[in-house]
Amino acid sequence: MIHIKRMQEDGADVIALIGEIDASSSIELDLAIAKSVGEGFTKILVDCGALEYISSAGLGVFMSYIEEFKDRDIRMVLFGMSERVANTFNILGLNELLQIGKDKVEAKQMVA
Amino acid sequence: MRTKAITRLLFLVGVITWLALLFTDISIVFSASSSNIRQELPVWLPGVILNLYILSVFYYFKLKIERDDVLNFVDLLWRVFATGLVFTVISLGLRLLEFLMGSTRLTTNVVFKDLLYLVNLALMIGFLLMAFTAWKRLILYQKSKWLIRLWAFFEIGLLLSLLYNTFNFPVVEWLYATLLSVFVVVGLVLSGNMKWVAYLNFRQKWTSLLLLLLTIFYLLYLFYTNSALAESIGNTVPHFTDYRNHIFVLSLIVFVTIYSTFSFLVILFNLPTTSVFEQKLEEVVNFQRISQSIQTEQSEESVYNILLETSVSTVFADAAWLEVNSRQLNYKLFTYKITDKEAHDIITHLKTHNVKGVLEQSSDKTKNLSKHLASLKGSRFRSILAFPIYVKGENIGTLALLKELPEGFNKEMTKIVSTFANQAGISIENFRLMEEALQNERYKEELKIAKTVQKSLLPDVLEKDDDFEVAAFSESADEVGGDYYDTIRINDHQVSLIIADVSGKGTTAAFHMSQMKGIFHSLAQEDVEPDTFMVRSNQALVYCLERGSFISAIYFVINSQTKKIRYARAGHCPVLYFCADKEKAIYFKDKGIALGMVRNKSYKNFIQANEFEYKAGDVMVLYTDGITEAKDAKGEEFGYERLESVVDEVRSLGPKEIQDHLIKKLYEFTGTENINDDYTTMIVKFR
Repeated sequence: MIHIKRMQEDGADVIALIGEIDASSSIELDLAIAKSVGEGFTKILVDCGALEYISSAGLGVFMSYIEEFKDRDIRMVLFGMSERVANTFNILGLNELLQIGKDKVEAKQMVA
Repeated sequence: MRTKAITRLLFLVGVITWLALLFTDISIVFSASSSNIRQELPVWLPGVILNLYILSVFYYFKLKIERDDVLNFVDLLWRVFATGLVFTVISLGLRLLEFLMGSTRLTTNVVFKDLLYLVNLALMIGFLLMAFTAWKRLILYQKSKWLIRLWAFFEIGLLLSLLYNTFNFPVVEWLYATLLSVFVVVGLVLSGNMKWVAYLNFRQKWTSLLLLLLTIFYLLYLFYTNSALAESIGNTVPHFTDYRNHIFVLSLIVFVTIYSTFSFLVILFNLPTTSVFEQKLEEVVNFQRISQSIQTEQSEESVYNILLETSVSTVFADAAWLEVNSRQLNYKLFTYKITDKEAHDIITHLKTHNVKGVLEQSSDKTKNLSKHLASLKGSRFRSILAFPIYVKGENIGTLALLKELPEGFNKEMTKIVSTFANQAGISIENFRLMEEALQNERYKEELKIAKTVQKSLLPDVLEKDDDFEVAAFSESADEVGGDYYDTIRINDHQVSLIIADVSGKGTTAAFHMSQMKGIFHSLAQEDVEPDTFMVRSNQALVYCLERGSFISAIYFVINSQTKKIRYARAGHCPVLYFCADKEKAIYFKDKGIALGMVRNKSYKNFIQANEFEYKAGDVMVLYTDGITEAKDAKGEEFGYERLESVVDEVRSLGPKEIQDHLIKKLYEFTGTENINDDYTTMIVKFR
C-alpha cells in the first residue's frame, strides 16, 4: 500500500511517498509523476523518507522516466531514503542513473 | 406367479360356491313349492354359501384390480364398464331365452325363476364387487392417514357384517337398521373423495362420462331385474336366498351407486374448468423446462428460444418477440409468428411516440400497453405485454408478447410471464457462470502447460568440472516466473554461468526470461568477455523489454586453467563468496546496472568486468531477491546477514547439501513454502 502526497515548494514539486511500493501500487507512483510532468514542473523532488519498501516494478517506474527527463530537461531528485531502500537502488545500479540527495535541503540544491 | 395362481383358485372357488348355492337354494325352493317332498336341507345353508361366494369374488377382484399398477383412471372405468356390459348381456340373453320359450309351465315355475334369479344375483354381486374395488382405487388416489383409516373401517365393517348375515342371529330390528345406516353414511363420506377427477384431461373426461353413464345404467338394470325376480319368488315360497335384507349387498348397492353418480356429476361440472387446470399444469411444465434448460442447453440462444416458446404457449399469445441488446451480446431479435419488420415497426412506433416504460431497457415497469398500440395503423395487434430480462442486474433484453385482441392479457398472465422472464435471467446468468468457470479451467490448463514449458527452459543438468560442482533451485510465486539460471561449457577449460531476475513476475516475466535464455545461449558460446556479454545483451533486450521492465543478471566465466573467474554484474544481488582460508564471507558489491535500464550505447559506461581467483573449498552463493526479501510473519526480511550465517553453517558440505539447508532454513523462517516472489539460488562449490 502506498500513500502519495504532493505539494509545491519554491517552484519544485515535492512528491512524498508513504508506505510500500509493489507491482500494483507502482501504478500510482507512475500516475503521480506523470501528473507532475503534465502540470509542467521541471523540478521534481521525491521524498522517500517514509518509503519502507520498493519492488523492482517500482524501480522500473523511476527508470522509465530517465530518458524522457533528460530529453525534456526535467530534473528529478530522490531524497531521504532509508538504508534498506537505498540498498535496493544501489544493487540495481539506479544510483548511477538517478540523482539521489541526502535530505530536502541537498535535494533542492541539486535541482537548482 | 403366486398371485396369479391364487386368483385362479379364487375364481374356481367362486364358481363352485355359486353352483353349491344354486343346488341348495333350488332344492329348498323346490321342496317348499311341492308339498310331497320333505325339506331336508337347513334353510340357513344357502345364506352361508352366498357369503362364501361373496368372499371369494371379493378377494378375486381385490387381487386382480388392486395389484394392477398400470391401470390409469380411464382404464379402470373401462374395466368396470366392460364387466358391466358382459354381465348385462348375459342377463339380457336369459331374458330373451325366457321370452322365446313363451309362457309355458316351465317358465312360470318358481324353480326356473329361482335359477334365473340366482344367475342374476351372482352377476349383480360380481359387478358390485368389481366396481367397489375400482372405486377404492379412485378414492384412495390421494390418500391421507384419516382417509385410509376410514376406508379400512368401511371395508372391514362390511366384511364383518357378513358374519351377522351368516349366522342369522335373531334379527334385531334396530341393529340391522343401525348397521345399514352406518355403512350408508360412511359410504357417503367416502364418496366425497374425487381428487382423481382433476387429473383427467378434457378428452378423458368425456370418455369417463360416457363410461360412468353406462355403468350406472347397467347397475340400475341389474337392480331392477333382481328385485323383480326376488319379488315374484318371495310371493310364492317362504324361504330362498333373499338379498333384500343382506346388509353387505345393500350397503354395496348404495355405495357403488352413490359413488358412480357423484363421479358422473363431478366430472360433468368439472368439464368447463378443465382447460384452466390443464393450463396450470402446462405452466408448471414450462417452468421446469426453463429451469432445466441451464443444464441441458448448449447456448444462451436456446434459453431465449425456450423462454419465447413457453411464454407464448402459456399466455396464448398470437405473436411474440425477444429483443436481446446488451453490451456483451450482439443485437438479436428472436421472433414468433411475427416478421422482423412488423416487430421493428412496433418498436419504432413506441419510440417515436415517446411511450415510456414499454420497451425501455432501463424501465422495469411492465404494463398492459394496449392503448399505445391502438394508434399504430396497419398493425394487427391490439395488446402488448413487455418484460425486461435481467442478468446480474443488467438489462440484457426485452420480451414482448402480442395479441390481436384488445386487453388480451390478465393479471395472472402478467405474473406468470414475469416469473418466466426472471427464471430465464437466472438461467442465462448460471449459463454464463458455467462458461466462465470453463474458461477459467481452460486458462488454468494453459498455465499448467506454460509452467511445464518454462520448467524445461531451466537446465536439468548443470555443467561440472574437476574444479567445481554446481547446484541450483528455482521456484515461482505464480505458475510461471521470471528467474533464470543456466550453465554452458565454452571449451574444455572454460564454463560460463548466469543467474538472472526479470522485474515483476508472472507471465510477462516468463516471456522475458525465455528471451534471456536465448541471448545467453547465443552469446556465451562465442566466448565473449563478461562486460561485453552484458553490453550486447542490453542491446538485444532494448527491442523487446517494454518501458519500465528490466533484467538483473550476473554472468561468470570460470577458467579452470588459470583458476580465475571473470564476471560482470548487471544490477543483480551481490555475490556471496566464502573463501576457504578466511573465516569471513564477503558480498561482491561492485558497479553495474541492470539490463534494459539504459537503452543506448552509453550502457557500456555503467558495466565493468571483474576478476578473482578461486581456491578449493571456496563457496560461491548466487541468489535472487526473492530469497533476501522473503518475509516472516512479523514482516522482517530474510536479509543478507541471515543468508550468510545460514550458508556458513554448512559451507564445508557439497553444493546440493548447502542448497537444501538454505531452502529448509528459508521455509522455516517464512513459515510457508508459498513465498510471494520468484526465488532462485545457485551454489558453486570449488574443489
